[in-house]
Amino acid sequence: MTAHRFEVLVSLKPGLLDPQGKAVEASLPALGWTNVRGVRVGKHIELTVEADGAEAARAQVEELANRLLSNPVIETFRILSAEEARA
Amino acid sequence: MSAGRPRVGVITFPGSLDDRDALRAIECMGGEGVPLWHAEADLRGVDAVVLPGGFSYGDYLRTGALARFARVMDEVQRFAGAGGPVLGICNGFQILCEAGLLPGALIRNRQLRFVCKPVDIRVETTASAVTEGLVPGEVLRIPVKHGEGQFVAAEDDLRRLEEAGLVVFRYCGPDGELEERFNVNGSAAAIAGVRCEDGNVVGLMPHPEHAVDPDVGPAGGQPLFASLLSFALARV
Repeated sequence: MTAHRFEVLVSLKPGLLDPQGKAVEASLPALGWTNVRGVRVGKHIELTVEADGAEAARAQVEELANRLLSNPVIETFRILSAEEARA
Repeated sequence: MSAGRPRVGVITFPGSLDDRDALRAIECMGGEGVPLWHAEADLRGVDAVVLPGGFSYGDYLRTGALARFARVMDEVQRFAGAGGPVLGICNGFQILCEAGLLPGALIRNRQLRFVCKPVDIRVETTASAVTEGLVPGEVLRIPVKHGEGQFVAAEDDLRRLEEAGLVVFRYCGPDGELEERFNVNGSAAAIAGVRCEDGNVVGLMPHPEHAVDPDVGPAGGQPLFASLLSFALARV
């Protein structure tokens, strides 16, 4: 068994209004940044999985991201291994 | 159960707040309130189940996301699958959506502020466990108190649930007017509550359990519990 580190990025599906993103976007002009659009707020989750091989570890992260970390009704996710996240 | 007095279970999760009010409302309306515990895979033979409001598991990750994996939820799934009436209020609604028992999801209010006030909701269908005996178009006054009550769904899902008549309540004006200013949290199509295909599972953001006693506020919650009790009774 080896330790495999991953990052999971959860985002709201494109069609859905993101109230937090909107609020952040609306406050930027007050700081002088008037050229920013399309702010979306998501989640960034880091975790380590003990597994036999990177493939098994990733498959498990895929499953737990589907079942718990994201809600497929409103969100999508991306999984990055520690190496991919650094790249 | 004793004749004519359905037993209604109310589940307490870590962080539930309105379980006692729900039990009291059930008793006020002539049912027997049965406290249920999230960690026990046992519904104690109740005739209906209520998932109350609150902040189960501190709303961590997403509202309702962790509570849906509580041990009692396997039993709730089975009970709902067998046609048993299940009502989710506020956080309970969020849990039922996360559990896939109801369509859609609930996210941060559009105005990003917690909202706490009486609202009017319009009955859209009588084909649900809490609206039997009501009239479509009827307006009920019930309080809301939530920060994450904006109902959303992907466009296709929204169309499907409208076509299937799964919308049970919409936020409206005092005379049932559908105007954006009455849409208290920016919900898609002003949706305040939905049902499952079979109508036995219903969720809504407003709190009918806080609206059964005319001495302390609006009483728009009464007909919902009356319907739930008679729905439960009819199945026995």
